[in-house]
Amino acid sequence: MDSLLTNFLAKYNYWVYIGLVMIGMYAMIAKRNLVKKIIGMNIVQTAVILFYVSIGAKKGKMLPIIAHGHGDSGHQAVHAIDYINPLPHVLMLTAIVVSVATLGVALALAIKIYRRYGTLEENEIAARINEQ
Amino acid sequence: MSAHYPGLIIVIPLVAAFLVLIGSLLNKRLAFPLAALALLGSLLTSIGLMIRVMRVGVVEYHLAGWAPPVGIAYRVDHLNALVLVAVASVAFINLLGTRPLVADLFEDRLGPFYTLYVLLVTGLLGIVVTGDAFNLYVLLEIAALTGYALVGMGEGRAPLASLNYIFMGTVGASFYLLGIGYLYLVTGTLNMADLAVRLPALYPSKVVVSAFVICLAGLCLKMGFFPLHAWLPNAYSHAPDPVSSLVAPLMTKVMVYVMVRIMLFVFTPAFAFDLMTISGPMVWLAVVAIVAGSFLALSTRRLKRMLTYIVVAEVGYMVGGFWLGNRLGISGAILHIINDAVMTLCVFLTAAAIMARTGSDRIDDMQGLFKKMPVTMAVFVIAGLSIIGVPPTCGFFSKWYLISGALAAGQYGFVGALLLSSLVNLVLFFRIFEIAYFEPFDAHHGDPSAGHGGRVLSEVQEAPLETLAPLVATAALLFALGIYAGDIVSLIIDHAIPVGIL
Repeated sequence: MDSLLTNFLAKYNYWVYIGLVMIGMYAMIAKRNLVKKIIGMNIVQTAVILFYVSIGAKKGKMLPIIAHGHGDSGHQAVHAIDYINPLPHVLMLTAIVVSVATLGVALALAIKIYRRYGTLEENEIAARINEQ
Repeated sequence: MSAHYPGLIIVIPLVAAFLVLIGSLLNKRLAFPLAALALLGSLLTSIGLMIRVMRVGVVEYHLAGWAPPVGIAYRVDHLNALVLVAVASVAFINLLGTRPLVADLFEDRLGPFYTLYVLLVTGLLGIVVTGDAFNLYVLLEIAALTGYALVGMGEGRAPLASLNYIFMGTVGASFYLLGIGYLYLVTGTLNMADLAVRLPALYPSKVVVSAFVICLAGLCLKMGFFPLHAWLPNAYSHAPDPVSSLVAPLMTKVMVYVMVRIMLFVFTPAFAFDLMTISGPMVWLAVVAIVAGSFLALSTRRLKRMLTYIVVAEVGYMVGGFWLGNRLGISGAILHIINDAVMTLCVFLTAAAIMARTGSDRIDDMQGLFKKMPVTMAVFVIAGLSIIGVPPTCGFFSKWYLISGALAAGQYGFVGALLLSSLVNLVLFFRIFEIAYFEPFDAHHGDPSAGHGGRVLSEVQEAPLETLAPLVATAALLFALGIYAGDIVSLIIDHAIPVGIL
């Protein structure tokens, strides 16, 4: 039990991301309102971004900017272990852009749907479609 | 110049996409020629690349000169060279064939439409050409986002279908990204070739197994593999006709290509087929996909919807063939990616031409069409025969490879599903031919004065020549692909499959 708890605490970033994915999935499956579904979708994407960002982070380490890089006469060896890993963070800049774009397209479509059916509730839309 | 082909193949359409938008602001009529030029450019580049690959083997291209694993590498071997040519030519033919329809449907939105069209093709070409797992995700999202927008441009239920497509597509892409993240976690690289080198030492690791499962689940969702296909029929059948004839042939096929690429060249065949014991279940899932797709197609009386269910079944062909895990099956799957892209293009283009004429997508409204649109219907018959699998059309040959592969692997269920699906396709298409061959019942009935003069009704009303020429070209392509199937397999596909697979 004790090891389980330490295991949980040591890797809490993964548990948080798993929890967020589940919350997002739940919203996408269980909610009837389209905007809530879109928010759920965005939570899933954000959870993946959190996962990537957390794997690059290291406790108590520096930003990946070499200290005293300029104007320092003595050349010091750079130890990669002293710096957090910037690569996953850079990748996530792209993923954030993608998720914002997806959100934009989804909301634009939601507007189009609202104009057509006058509602964003899935069951009401289904009723409107059956009426036609 | 030719050294830059792998870069040019996506730079040309990417730059052109924005030129199309700018050009269309100056003059609406500039949009189409610019888009056509861009896609012609990628088509020629892809053919040049194909020739180069056949001559000298694998072509590596480092974006901005950064060598992998630091930089992004584009790596073109026989497999993606072949798929590139298929994607570029299908997109180009469809662009030409749908011009009158697009001019009619999107009169005031020509610029945005063609910009999205060219961007979508950029994304698809990029997915195929890239050798970097994360770059693939970005291009996947470019293709997907433009696809959502294009589907959403339709009338009626299209926006709703597109929104559901976004939900499913985004979850699929997020799963793929997550899987790649797991692989990065254990290997520290995103380059596919580099991953393939570093992964074998880590195979027992649970992280790699999770990465494999999550990636595969995401890709199956994106390609509309049976239990995860729910978004596909609605999105493709409610999309505007020129869009569905672009997206239906290409999107699912490119995703099947990604599965082949990831399974064979990131995870090695030894891992995918032997260590992970999922080949058997995947083939059985494919059997279910084929049977379910075929019968769902049988249950609908709407032309376009029927065709989308056939797409669902065809995805089952390719996934099942691939997971047979032997050379014949994988050859069949890769050959079917090409053949099915052309077949699906052909049926969707003819369907678009027919629906533009009859104004309805009901099969029952197709009466008398053989007289009204003889050329279009002739092309439709050829495409139908190809989907059924009648030689010498190309559909027969890929099915032949798939069935031989299934027999060699002892997967008789898959053989049965392929034969059953051929029979169901036979029923599907001959039902349409029968309806279309006869005149509407009430055309002459009970009108004695009309006599034989009632033929006025069934005067030839062919689709415009601009649509007809690409249609006939596609039909010819179906024969050409069939006749040269042996050469395609021995000269290209054989080199595409790793030597270890027997």
